[in-house]
Amino acid sequence: MTLRLLQGGFDRRAWMFLAVLFTAALVVSVLSLTTQPGHPLHVPTYVVSLVGKYLCYALLALSVDLVWGFCGVLSLGHAAFFSLGGYAMGMYLMRQIGTRGVYGDPVLPDFMVFLNYKELPWFWYGFDQFWFAALMVVAVPGVLAFVFGWFAFRSRVTGVYLSIITQALTFALMLAFFRNDMGFGGNNGLTDFKDILGFDVQAGSTRAGLLMASAVALAFGFMICKALVNSKFGKVLIAVRDAESRTRFLGYRPENYKLLVWTLSACMAGVAGALYVPQVGIINPSEFTPANSIEVVIWVAVGGRGTLVGAAVGAVLVNLGKTVFTGVLPEFWLFALGGLFIAVTLFLPKGIVGTWDDLMARRRAARDAGDGELRGTAPQEAD
Amino acid sequence: MSLKSSILYLENVNVSFDGFRALRDLSLTVKPGEMRAIIGPNGAGKTTMMDVITGKTKPDSGRVLFDETVNLTRMDEAEIASLGIGRKFQKPTVFENHTVWNNLLLALKAGRRTWDTLFHATTARDRQEIEDILDITRLGHLRGEVSANLSHGQKQWLEIGMLLAQDPKLLLVDEPVAGMTDAETAETARLLRDIAQLHSVVVVEHDMAFVRDLDVQVTVLHEGTAIAEGTLDYVSADERVIEVYLGR
Repeated sequence: MTLRLLQGGFDRRAWMFLAVLFTAALVVSVLSLTTQPGHPLHVPTYVVSLVGKYLCYALLALSVDLVWGFCGVLSLGHAAFFSLGGYAMGMYLMRQIGTRGVYGDPVLPDFMVFLNYKELPWFWYGFDQFWFAALMVVAVPGVLAFVFGWFAFRSRVTGVYLSIITQALTFALMLAFFRNDMGFGGNNGLTDFKDILGFDVQAGSTRAGLLMASAVALAFGFMICKALVNSKFGKVLIAVRDAESRTRFLGYRPENYKLLVWTLSACMAGVAGALYVPQVGIINPSEFTPANSIEVVIWVAVGGRGTLVGAAVGAVLVNLGKTVFTGVLPEFWLFALGGLFIAVTLFLPKGIVGTWDDLMARRRAARDAGDGELRGTAPQEAD
Repeated sequence: MSLKSSILYLENVNVSFDGFRALRDLSLTVKPGEMRAIIGPNGAGKTTMMDVITGKTKPDSGRVLFDETVNLTRMDEAEIASLGIGRKFQKPTVFENHTVWNNLLLALKAGRRTWDTLFHATTARDRQEIEDILDITRLGHLRGEVSANLSHGQKQWLEIGMLLAQDPKLLLVDEPVAGMTDAETAETARLLRDIAQLHSVVVVEHDMAFVRDLDVQVTVLHEGTAIAEGTLDYVSADERVIEVYLGR
């Protein structure tokens, strides 16, 4: 069955995307591990983590594109799912610290000792096991999204109203996680990680491993999305996006379709968050800020809504811009981001990839139309 | 009027919106295999009647039965659609970003649950059915065209094709020829007559020439209730009909 899902639509662009993704991840990892500092091709460890971070963002953008681009659900709260996945991973990493913390408590993380916790809260149980944490990375965002979606989609909340509720969701979670007595480290969040699966998180080889894991996760997420949108299921999604009530009269239940992709999308965002946390070394409530969620929507818009590859491209490009820009002119980054969004909306409404597709289609049409006259007479047209 | 051997049976249906009585004690029976035309001036309740049958609007009182036994007033749109009642809207709503072929594929009678569509593989039989519908609706040459690029008339035919693809027992067709040229209107009448050979059809229409072309039983609605029923010539001779509608 999976095969049938996949055979349908791996076009040339999909293969190219996967090839570029793995080549880039491999080159960065290998150069970082095999060359010494000072070597002209040396890639410092921080760059490895930076690229890994971009790939996590790309996976997050992909998850937003799946619900927004194909199902018309504009989520302004995906940072919530991303952060919950991140916290689940952070809790595992905290429990791996053991006696190496400042207070040396074998069970309680530092912040709990500091806040006079006597024993581990129940919801921290199990997070010393990687498999349990990995399960929670997917399950917590998934269950939250399922419950949220169940009520929202069944009550036929759509459009701006739905977007506002998603925004409220992430805002509420942010306020909750800021509280010290929530048991998640409050303001400071979770940090000072030591190792993951027994490997030192600071080590270059672990960083390279995390980068590769992010690449694999992104590729996997991309393949799932691609298979989904190419199937008949994907055609129903687009139908729901364009004319929801019409699909109802055909006998489909749009709420079920929305619920499924919404939940899947949240799980993907959770995985992205989980891979992000060990690479940046911290997770705190500021990850929940509504602005973060909106930024993801901008990445998708820049890359091209409803194109999947575009979401990943947009995420990487905008964040590359952010890294460069905040280095050179830190005060102006937000202006640049706002300007970018306006510019894209005005001049590239279909984003980079969508505009590229239009351009190619027009060229092909022009070539087909002028085929008779052009053939043989226009050798400069070679491409 | 009898419930026995009816595909659609409405009895004393009432609907009001904020005090406005859109339907008052509307009763209507459609026999299996019959094509029925519903005419009436604007605001007569034609579209509201369609809404009640398809579950979009719940009646305040009255009975709406499908196939003699199935109570439609308790069901939602998707349930009613899967019973075999297909609806074509007044304004053509095809899926603009899908090709003609994919529009028909989505409408084709098949599992509607998420699971069914996730693992759906288009069979040779599906293809044949789509081809047949493309033939009937004469859209074969446009199968690969994105439906946003179709003309108004072509969109209407695609919608009728989508209705056929659902293989419904009863087709509800709302103003199929609104905005069509005369040639397109004649073509649509031919199409509907073809369809009526195998299905029960209810057509709501304003265009008298078109209704005459269909050559079927006519029900005249006025202020939410049926005031006359019979052939077009018969109802045209009815005093009340002339007064409220035709005579103007």
